[in-house]
Amino acid sequence: MNFEASVFYFFSAILVIAALRVITARNPVHSALFLVLAFFTAAALWLLLEAEFLAIVLVLVYVGAVMVLFLFVIMMLDLNLEKLREGYWDYLLPSLIVAGVMVVEMAVILGGRYFGLAAMPHPPAAGADYSNTKALGRLLYTEYVYAFEIAAVILLVAIVAAIALTLRSQKKNKYQAAYKQIAVRRSDRVRLVSMPGEERDRGDAP
Amino acid sequence: MEGWLAGWFGAPAAVTLWTFAKILAIVVPIILCVAYLTLAERKVIGFMQLRIGPNRVGPKGLLQPFADVLKLLVKEVVVPSSASKFLFFIAPMLSLMPALAAWAVMPFTDSMVLSNIDAGLLYVLAITSMGVYGVLVASWASNSKYALLGAMRSAAQIVAYEIAMGFALVCVLMMSGSLNLSVIVDAQRTQFGILGWNLIPLFPMFVVYFISAVAETNRAPFDVAEGESEIVAGFHVEYSGTAFAVFFLAEYANMILVSALAVLMFLGGWLSPVAGIPDGFFWFAAKTAFLLFCFLWIRATFPRYRYDQIMRLGWKVLIPLTIVWLLLIGVLMRMSWWPW
Repeated sequence: MNFEASVFYFFSAILVIAALRVITARNPVHSALFLVLAFFTAAALWLLLEAEFLAIVLVLVYVGAVMVLFLFVIMMLDLNLEKLREGYWDYLLPSLIVAGVMVVEMAVILGGRYFGLAAMPHPPAAGADYSNTKALGRLLYTEYVYAFEIAAVILLVAIVAAIALTLRSQKKNKYQAAYKQIAVRRSDRVRLVSMPGEERDRGDAP
Repeated sequence: MEGWLAGWFGAPAAVTLWTFAKILAIVVPIILCVAYLTLAERKVIGFMQLRIGPNRVGPKGLLQPFADVLKLLVKEVVVPSSASKFLFFIAPMLSLMPALAAWAVMPFTDSMVLSNIDAGLLYVLAITSMGVYGVLVASWASNSKYALLGAMRSAAQIVAYEIAMGFALVCVLMMSGSLNLSVIVDAQRTQFGILGWNLIPLFPMFVVYFISAVAETNRAPFDVAEGESEIVAGFHVEYSGTAFAVFFLAEYANMILVSALAVLMFLGGWLSPVAGIPDGFFWFAAKTAFLLFCFLWIRATFPRYRYDQIMRLGWKVLIPLTIVWLLLIGVLMRMSWWPW
């Protein structure tokens, strides 16, 4: 086993264990943290495949933003651990069957004639000056530009829909108008009063 | 040196040892810088508030950081009875690790860099975006209301300001056409010295980046995650002794990191400001020190923002500004209206 293969098996083992712990951990916060570990390890595997842009973006987007918001929500919830565990054993058998079917399907595809190791040899390693980012950008903005733009518009619609759904109670809310706060001048708030000075009473001074 | 090691231990071991030596040569000075940054902070803020600051330990108080470290090391580490122990102790490391790991790709001069990778900037962004887990895990594991409140604030703030920071850096990428930090600095090399730096065409982006950097590192006036007057000490309220020291170290290491990154992105890294004067590591260090001074200056000057004001500034002011500047730079580049 050469160095690269041993690195692959090392990260794969971590990935599988982390993924298993996501569903077996008792506490949802621990599950979410194991999911973070799974994402991070998957990024390491992608780095091994010389897909450094995708690997780093996986960490940046999923670990750095999506999972932070996940944790944010899970930590705020008042969770009843006993209730969450209910039905775990009932669902175990169906989920094992589904998982088994998926493993068989993947084995059929990867072991077959078209995607097997013989049909898909290891691509030659790119040179040191090869920029994965540039190659991806060039493809995205030339060959796949329509798909890319459509995906962007769909995401925009999703954002607008999500905001429209959550902003329904806005009328009742009280909030400060920042532009009014900024526009305030000293003369609006402070009145300088000129008073005549008074003689100090020197009678009982120490 | 590497060849000499290879003669003794064989080639693979020599590469490992030599890289390890380089890592030590980066990390140890950073930790020393952190130590003296804490002293500089107390001295600078003392000067601004017409006080003297620490001057008892060693000549002119120069040994104060070591006294502080010793004090923190001998203190007892108190673990709350209902804390999640493993997470409680791993959280400070989660917060320090990104601050140190990001230095792997930082070029100090055109030849001094540990790993000159192509996607260097993306790597820095990805690694630093993991720093928030230290705060989140610490607060949840210590099972305290104040800590959790601090984490909620911190998470919302960091997610918001990371977007503005990212967009500001995208403008830099457009100017230099590369994600490699050395190439980004080299793209700022012209015969005009300071006029060639990204600071001039991207000045608003520099301001946005610096404000976001202050917010990302949870420094005053964006330190609502700690907010002494409202939530005691925020996310690290339950930490003491060494564990607290690691959080402290992480905050200052992050400050140095974002300042160094700003120097590389906007202030021409190791390039000298006036054409003719030789470039070198000195300039990089001097510019970073100046930005760190600005961090302390800001802390001594501004009162803490209110939480909703922070959100408003991030989402409604900084992010639209960066998007507008992104479009402007795009048009300028497309039309080739570029003075140099």
